[in-house]
Amino acid sequence: MRDHSSVIPLLKTIGPFNEVADDYNYQSAWDRLSTSKILVIGAGGLGCEILKNLALTGFKNIHVIDMDTIDLSNLNRQFLFRHKDIGKSKSEIAANFIKQRIGEDNINIIPFFGKIQDKSIEFYSQFDLVISGLDSIEARRWINATLVNLSSSNNKIIPLIDGGTEGFRGQSRVIIPSFTSCFECTLDLMSQKITYPVCTIANTPRLPEHCIEWAHLIQWNIEFGSTKKFDADIPQHIQWMYETALNRAKIFKIEGVTKQLTLGVCKNIIPAIASTNSIIAASCCNEAFKLLTDSNPYLNNYMSYSGDYSIYTYTFENNKRSNCSVCGSLPKKIYVESYKTLQQFIEDIKDKQEIQIKNPSISSISGPLYMSSPTELQKITKNNLSKKLNKLISNGDEIVITDVNLPISLRLIVYFTSDEKDPELN
Amino acid sequence: MLKIRQLQKKRQEEEEEAAKSQSPTPTRDSTPVNKNSKVSAAQLRIQKDITELDLPPSIKLTFPQPSSLFEFDLKLIPNSGYYKNGKFQFKCEINSNFPIEPPKIKCLNKIYHPNIDLQGNICLNILREDWSPVLSLNSIFIGLNFLFLEPNPNDPLNKEAANCLVKDKKQFEKNVNNSMKGGYIDGVYYDRVI
Ligand SMILES: [Zn+2]
Repeated sequence: MRDHSSVIPLLKTIGPFNEVADDYNYQSAWDRLSTSKILVIGAGGLGCEILKNLALTGFKNIHVIDMDTIDLSNLNRQFLFRHKDIGKSKSEIAANFIKQRIGEDNINIIPFFGKIQDKSIEFYSQFDLVISGLDSIEARRWINATLVNLSSSNNKIIPLIDGGTEGFRGQSRVIIPSFTSCFECTLDLMSQKITYPVCTIANTPRLPEHCIEWAHLIQWNIEFGSTKKFDADIPQHIQWMYETALNRAKIFKIEGVTKQLTLGVCKNIIPAIASTNSIIAASCCNEAFKLLTDSNPYLNNYMSYSGDYSIYTYTFENNKRSNCSVCGSLPKKIYVESYKTLQQFIEDIKDKQEIQIKNPSISSISGPLYMSSPTELQKITKNNLSKKLNKLISNGDEIVITDVNLPISLRLIVYFTSDEKDPELN
Repeated sequence: MLKIRQLQKKRQEEEEEAAKSQSPTPTRDSTPVNKNSKVSAAQLRIQKDITELDLPPSIKLTFPQPSSLFEFDLKLIPNSGYYKNGKFQFKCEINSNFPIEPPKIKCLNKIYHPNIDLQGNICLNILREDWSPVLSLNSIFIGLNFLFLEPNPNDPLNKEAANCLVKDKKQFEKNVNNSMKGGYIDGVYYDRVI
């Protein structure tokens, strides 16, 4: 048995700090440590810290998902891994380590070695909370969109706590899908990949990075054409990149091209330091504790931490963007008679007062169904107008409607009713 | 998560109110959501950008794979300037990280232009270092159009062409004309685009 009595005073204090003091109950707050199901996405630098913190706080149901395997360069900060684990799944090794440390009877921790996109909506809907410690913006956008969609299609609100670090900087944020601003709302806050003008790379290189980018962007295609795609995970490719960049650096008398830097530039490796990961992961986990137990008000909704120049933190409320493509308009269910053609469907939605569309363009996950502009796309897609909608998409598919008059894109989830025949034709 | 449950309850009540005031629709609750039936955030954004395109007549887009908006071709026929009436082909590739990452645009013809190299790489600031997610596809195409109206010798990718433009505008004009007909300039063959 483990003793978590150290957190009891935090839960027993009932007062102005409880989010909803009237409904707050110590016992149910305490029970939630054992009953809450938490999903941790990423078992890397942040993930190791997050798993450790959650387990030591007393949470007992944790799933962890990561597609990566352990690399030598991870061991300096990803402390759940040892040298013998190199090449193995991060999530599996991390889960095993935590299980051994906490005791198999005291925690239920389930790893998944794979991509987050491989799991179904049903998988995600079982959790009370998701914490992500990822550096991939693409994956963070995906989980954000998935949870925002769940909030509208299943009316299941699963808070997302998102942590991110880059060198001495980091941020943690709490996203309550469809209530607060989401990850997509603030895409422009994400630090951009450092890029250099092509003409500088081509003509006036001054930095070792310029030489590497020259090899990467320009010389590779000249040497191998577009047939052989560069892959930063293939050692021979990196070796070629390094040697080509080094030769160029010699010509321009530039110092500093190393194999490590070549790998860093080609893979866009973000600098990472163990202590920033600890700070950000710790703040994410405290917010998880407060959210799940209702003991104290949680972060509203963005904390930015910067240690580049002295130290500075700033907390602010990020506003929802009304034209956000993910949370600006939540998908609505629509029932469509099975006999309706795409054209009839378009006429129907044009008639709807609340939508205000004149010239809609429509697409589904498999591509455009009808695009009213540009002309080229209109010509290609107009043949679809006479087809039945249920031949173009499946029951439950999402469609997206855009219109120049519409500031947002409108999303509908289409369900077909069994009316096979058009009553007007009878 | 008492507060979240309160928020949720409030919204549910609002929705029920709204549903009551509307015409009755068949209630089929907890209809399952299809796996992988969701349009990605990148696709949403591309569709929005494409719907809102407002391009000069000199630019035409073509979609060789109509099932995808992520890859398409662009044809530029400048109506004035050095490159007037040339037909320039470009390939535009957008990845699933759009609009964090800008689209990749390459010129498919080998052309004599100060800001385009012989492999079709283009030096246009908003395609790389000055790209930002708040910019749209339209701004990129307008930028590309501008590059053919006003080639910029200060950001050279084809140094010979850039030098010529700085030193001798008449000669540059001649070179452009000859290159567009398909011919050699400074020992390099350029594609016929006219
Ligand atoms: Zn949003």
